Amino acid sequence: MRKSLARSVCVAALATVLGSASAMANDELQKMSGDPSQWVMPLGNYSSQRFSELKQINTRTAKNLHPVWTFSTGVLRGHEGGPLVIGDTMYISTPFPNTVFALDLNNNGRILWKYEPKQDPNVIPVMCCDTVNRGVAYGDGMIFLHQADTTLVALDAKTGKVVWSVKDGDPIGKGETGTSAPLVVKDKVLVGISGGEFGIMGRMTAYNIKDGSKAWTAYSSGPDNMIMFDPNKTTELGKPVGANSSLATWQGDQWKNGGGGTWGWISYDPKLNLVYYGSGNPGTWNPTQRPGDNKWSMTIFARDPDTGMAKWVYQMTPHDQWDYDGVNEMILADTEVHGKMTHALVHFDRNGFAYVLDRATGKLLQANKYDPAVNWASKIDLATGRPVLVDKYGPGVQGADHNTKGVCPAALGSKDEQPSTYSPITHVFYVPTNHVCMDYEPFKVSYTAGQPFVGATLSMYPPPGQSNLGNFIAYDVNQGRILWSDPETFSVWSGALSTAGGVVAYGTLDGYLKVVDAKSGHLLYKFKTPSGIIGNVNTFTHDGKQYLAVLSGVGGWAGIGMAAGLTEDTAGLGAVGAYKQLSNYTQLGGVLTVFGLSN
Amino acid sequence: MIAMPRSLILLGCAATLIGAGAWLAPPSRAAEEPKPYTVKDGNKVDEATYKGYLYYGDLCMRCHGPDGLGSSYAPNLTDSLKTMTKQQVEETIINGRKNVNSANDKVMPAFGFNQDAVDNIDNIYAYLKARSDGALGRGHPEHLNQ
Repeated sequence: MRKSLARSVCVAALATVLGSASAMANDELQKMSGDPSQWVMPLGNYSSQRFSELKQINTRTAKNLHPVWTFSTGVLRGHEGGPLVIGDTMYISTPFPNTVFALDLNNNGRILWKYEPKQDPNVIPVMCCDTVNRGVAYGDGMIFLHQADTTLVALDAKTGKVVWSVKDGDPIGKGETGTSAPLVVKDKVLVGISGGEFGIMGRMTAYNIKDGSKAWTAYSSGPDNMIMFDPNKTTELGKPVGANSSLATWQGDQWKNGGGGTWGWISYDPKLNLVYYGSGNPGTWNPTQRPGDNKWSMTIFARDPDTGMAKWVYQMTPHDQWDYDGVNEMILADTEVHGKMTHALVHFDRNGFAYVLDRATGKLLQANKYDPAVNWASKIDLATGRPVLVDKYGPGVQGADHNTKGVCPAALGSKDEQPSTYSPITHVFYVPTNHVCMDYEPFKVSYTAGQPFVGATLSMYPPPGQSNLGNFIAYDVNQGRILWSDPETFSVWSGALSTAGGVVAYGTLDGYLKVVDAKSGHLLYKFKTPSGIIGNVNTFTHDGKQYLAVLSGVGGWAGIGMAAGLTEDTAGLGAVGAYKQLSNYTQLGGVLTVFGLSN
Repeated sequence: MIAMPRSLILLGCAATLIGAGAWLAPPSRAAEEPKPYTVKDGNKVDEATYKGYLYYGDLCMRCHGPDGLGSSYAPNLTDSLKTMTKQQVEETIINGRKNVNSANDKVMPAFGFNQDAVDNIDNIYAYLKARSDGALGRGHPEHLNQ
């Protein structure tokens, strides 16, 4: 009797400890993300705003910026993602081989520890577009790395020692790879998967932070139990999705190569207890080979992080015909939309529309073009949520073995993974964009596990009559329009940062770190880093001084046009000087550059 | 089904060629081969070259870039084909290639088990050779018979 009582007391005590420990990971991170001296998540905070309260670097002082120290990663491939700053330590990760460095801010970036995983190099060619890695996550005293071979590894943040390690997918057999940054939510680490060009089954998986055991897996396509939908409770635009909402939109068992990769970013609303992320392209790029809406590819998901169950979903691009993956960042902002204060989710999609939804209910409030060049759809019908298609720009409508010309945007989207920023001071979104169109010809392909499953060929070029391949824009969701737009020679493929100092910072493919005035887009400072920038800018303080940090190192999808430049404009459309070679501006090499102010 | 024996034969041939090449005088094969493509009016091509363009886009472009011109992580094939023989190109497509050391992490996958790749290996070669010889320009070619 006494013994069993003692045991149950013990169990209760243990439960309390575990309970508080799991809550702590979340509470600690949330608290830390409110401290502007640190940068504790890839997108700054759970709302993915990439905003900082710091204001030493401001519209007046930005001209005094200069690089204060640099660090070579020793890796040549494309450097996406960006540094974390936890206390006095900066953490960065590299493309394959996915080295993680802990750098001592008290000592100009001296290496405190380095972790380099051993990975099968055969993972390299099954990565779609270069061997990028979008950064590490922090939680509970650990650094979480999502390796190319899909291993999720927890490292002791102080020593770099492996705490636990788990394999999330099958790179060699199925073409499943890891490129995305994990997100720590409560007592779990969430991680997505890449491989949309290999016919994978996209999914989001949650692992328990304490030991790496699997908590839940929610697929993008399949039967209701695999996609973790409750047919009566999971809604799209306010209505329950019903039974077999995914299966009913695929022919036969094509959902088993359904794609829907989850290689983008994850956001979290602690009050609603919902995580948000998007899924990528369905199966092959040849739409005629997979009739139906192909749900739930190209979809925004809102899920309960404890159970994985979907509360609401919204498919942006049913039956994709263009490779407009829906994985871009979901920015959570409490801001006015059409004059009404709204708990919004704002998403600048690859397909060129800026979606604004009520993030509690999934109601679609606004969906306007954020690049005037967008032509594949005339508008989004807010009642049905469906795009109003323009048939002549639909490769699936035009049919296989037909070259559909002049589609805007190109497959890389009006914006790709490069995350935007939202300033709660100006209530404006600052968005790095691509300004590229394409010809797209789909044709029949066969599926072989672990081999590319594409079935389309394309040529890319700037919109008719224009020569800039990118713009950095300010977008207002209250009015649903662009406020200002800074043209860039190349696509802007760098994650942006906004601050209380009234400035916005981003990088360019030709290698410049730029700081502009948030009100006007007027350039305040620029510096040419050693290579093109596809990484994300962050900010932090050390010893009371504010710094900016960014990785340069050209590559990724952007590196595709590196040697070739894009195809010359379609004959007769008359763009002047559109033919550019990025290789004339920059070469490879991963370098971290940290900027500070002169005294 | 017809693909498998063919890829195995190629494997054997390539190995023999590489072995022999070490002590035979290096042949200037690239120049001696008959043209595998037909190009008229700058961008009108035969069936093989046209299909080669399509399957290049399917299987090769994400690494080797638009029009075979290379990317930041894979070589420019219009250059490579100036010196590689047809057998070398086919051997590379079938078996892949690895160049992993302290300075490089370049790996090309083996396409020997990919039906589309094996079925179109002559077509892909024809397209790339036309590009490499300068006979075909950039972008989407037109089909001669259409």
